Amino acid sequence: MNKAITLYDKLWNSHIVDEQEDGTCLIYIDRHLIHEVTSPQAFDGLRKEGRNVRRTDLTLAVADHNVPTTDRSVPIADNESRIQIETLEKNCADFGVELYSMNDIRQGICHVIGPEQGFTLPGTTLVCGDSHTATHGAFGSMSFGIGTSEVEHVLATQTLLLTKCRNMRVTVNGAIPRGITAKDLILAVIGKIGTAGGTGAAIEFAGDAFKSLTMEGRMTVCNMTIEAGARVGLFAPDETTFTYLKGRPKSPKAGAWETAIEYWKTLTTDEGAVFDEEIVMDASDIQPQVTWGTSPEDVTTIGARVPNPADEPDENRRNKMERSLEYMGLEAGTLMEDIKINAAFIGSCTNSRIEDMRAAAEIAKGRKVAVGVQALVVPGSGLVKELAEQEGLDQIFIDAGFEWRDAGCSMCLAMNADKLKPGERAASTSNRNFEGRQGPGGRTHLVSPAMAAAAAITGHLTDVRNLE
Amino acid sequence: MDKFDKLTAVAAPLPLINVDTDMIIPARFLKTIKRTGLGAGLFSTLRFNEDGSDREDFVLNKPAYKDAEILIAGENFGCGSSREHAPWALLDYGIKCIIAPSFADIFYNNSSKNGILLVQLPKEEIDKLMENAERGANATLSIDLGAQEITGSDGVVIKFEINKFKKHCLLNGLDDIGLTMQKDDKINNYEERLRIAQPW
Ligand code: SF4
Repeated sequence: MNKAITLYDKLWNSHIVDEQEDGTCLIYIDRHLIHEVTSPQAFDGLRKEGRNVRRTDLTLAVADHNVPTTDRSVPIADNESRIQIETLEKNCADFGVELYSMNDIRQGICHVIGPEQGFTLPGTTLVCGDSHTATHGAFGSMSFGIGTSEVEHVLATQTLLLTKCRNMRVTVNGAIPRGITAKDLILAVIGKIGTAGGTGAAIEFAGDAFKSLTMEGRMTVCNMTIEAGARVGLFAPDETTFTYLKGRPKSPKAGAWETAIEYWKTLTTDEGAVFDEEIVMDASDIQPQVTWGTSPEDVTTIGARVPNPADEPDENRRNKMERSLEYMGLEAGTLMEDIKINAAFIGSCTNSRIEDMRAAAEIAKGRKVAVGVQALVVPGSGLVKELAEQEGLDQIFIDAGFEWRDAGCSMCLAMNADKLKPGERAASTSNRNFEGRQGPGGRTHLVSPAMAAAAAITGHLTDVRNLE
Repeated sequence: MDKFDKLTAVAAPLPLINVDTDMIIPARFLKTIKRTGLGAGLFSTLRFNEDGSDREDFVLNKPAYKDAEILIAGENFGCGSSREHAPWALLDYGIKCIIAPSFADIFYNNSSKNGILLVQLPKEEIDKLMENAERGANATLSIDLGAQEITGSDGVVIKFEINKFKKHCLLNGLDDIGLTMQKDDKINNYEERLRIAQPW
């Protein structure tokens, strides 16, 4: 008898190499992305044991976390950053792994370049030593972040030992209202289920609102599934996916393309499949989102006020709220729109693709960045940058007083020179508002690209719908 | 990795929820290309003042807890990034076991691959352990992974669950890669099937 199963079940089943008695499975890995921060110790491990990279053809490397976003013709000033990047270059050369070096136009954030090159494909398993690997689930790829020991395991064996996730589905019904973006949808979902709500789960995104998203939007959503604690986020591949992938450098070529599509079309959840947990929301209820605290679940709507810890019954949560507000330098009851900012950051693997650039440019066009605000636009890859420049977006940003930078992670985690100073406050399109994430003592409010641009213009958190 | 069998050590209370990996080890410490030496950056923001001196209010800076090898923490410990630098930093500092109501997935995996035992217990049990640990007097716990038991200094025994395979690896200090390489035939067969079914 045929049992109805989920998309995640299908991806899981088709990658089992071996199953142990206790249910732990050896899972085949189709694609492996590598970057400079989480790989040096893994290559070291291989060397020590005299092991090779099993499938260099399924492995792709790029430097993104430490790269400068300004002049790359001069050597990187920070010694340790430079060594980390040089180590990646040496490791890739020694082991025969393809690398997009710092001055290659294809260089960029690993989660931007994978899809861009057609390296990320539906029906595959894809891993990377980075938690936001969930991004690639937008293509119907079972993709997830791993630690360095696991990076080494994949390099050596092209497999991983895993236990299966539970199945969860988040459905958002209805049409997406004006001024609401993919970022707002996913922040609203995290606000609802919490940063641990998806622990141990693979989340499939369903419903008209999610289905209507472009690939860029779907990537933003899947990118932040990890902020809901889930390992995997998934969209069933459809025409939107196929159109995006057609003709990409590493996509299947003519001939194989048709067979591939035929297979990809089977990658949906069967009618009647049962999820362990279902969340249903209505798109018409969703407002522009903005975080007030130091965890992505500390989120509210732009029209709201900073919440009051006194209203929180749970003691642990109340303490956490008080601590967050103190760190953020905020008073309970303040209108979110009254919060002034020093910086705006438009970038990161959450929001640095061409559509994000366009959305921010639309707001920036013909306006000026508020006095005293530093506004950074950091495209996700050299190719995004090039396309944006062809469309004239760079000029719009520069005319408005934004800084137009080179591709990389930049102020998302402040490993390079782009960071907040202690006490500085940013409207940021990245994915984490943890203490110190964008620089020691820095304060982060997570928002969509349009909202970040709007805040840069007005100098305070702003409802973008009032600017359009 | 080192074997984990039995451990008797001081337990330090860290009654925070959502302790994230940026808190455990901030990004500026990730520029190393080694696994060792990260203990110096463990909980850096909580542990040190801006001038580098110890913050007296942080638990691991208090004399009673400075040799702690066990942490008792709140829900969702280790959420955030996949950096294995987090368990490396904990281990380098000397923390070998963390007890909490829940852990983030990737952190859980990374820790067990480095020989750190993570024990998940119901919230009520944690509350009790936290209270005891805070009293200082009862801060020593004995953990027996084989028997899946934690014994407090008052003799009260708490049982805990753990995945059989993880337990086996921890008890024997086994390296996953070596084990997987023994399955080379199966991997080869899988790749052969894939080559035919999905030639792209
Ligand atoms: S942009 Fe930020 S979240 Fe994304 S990979 Fe880089 S550091 Fe990680």
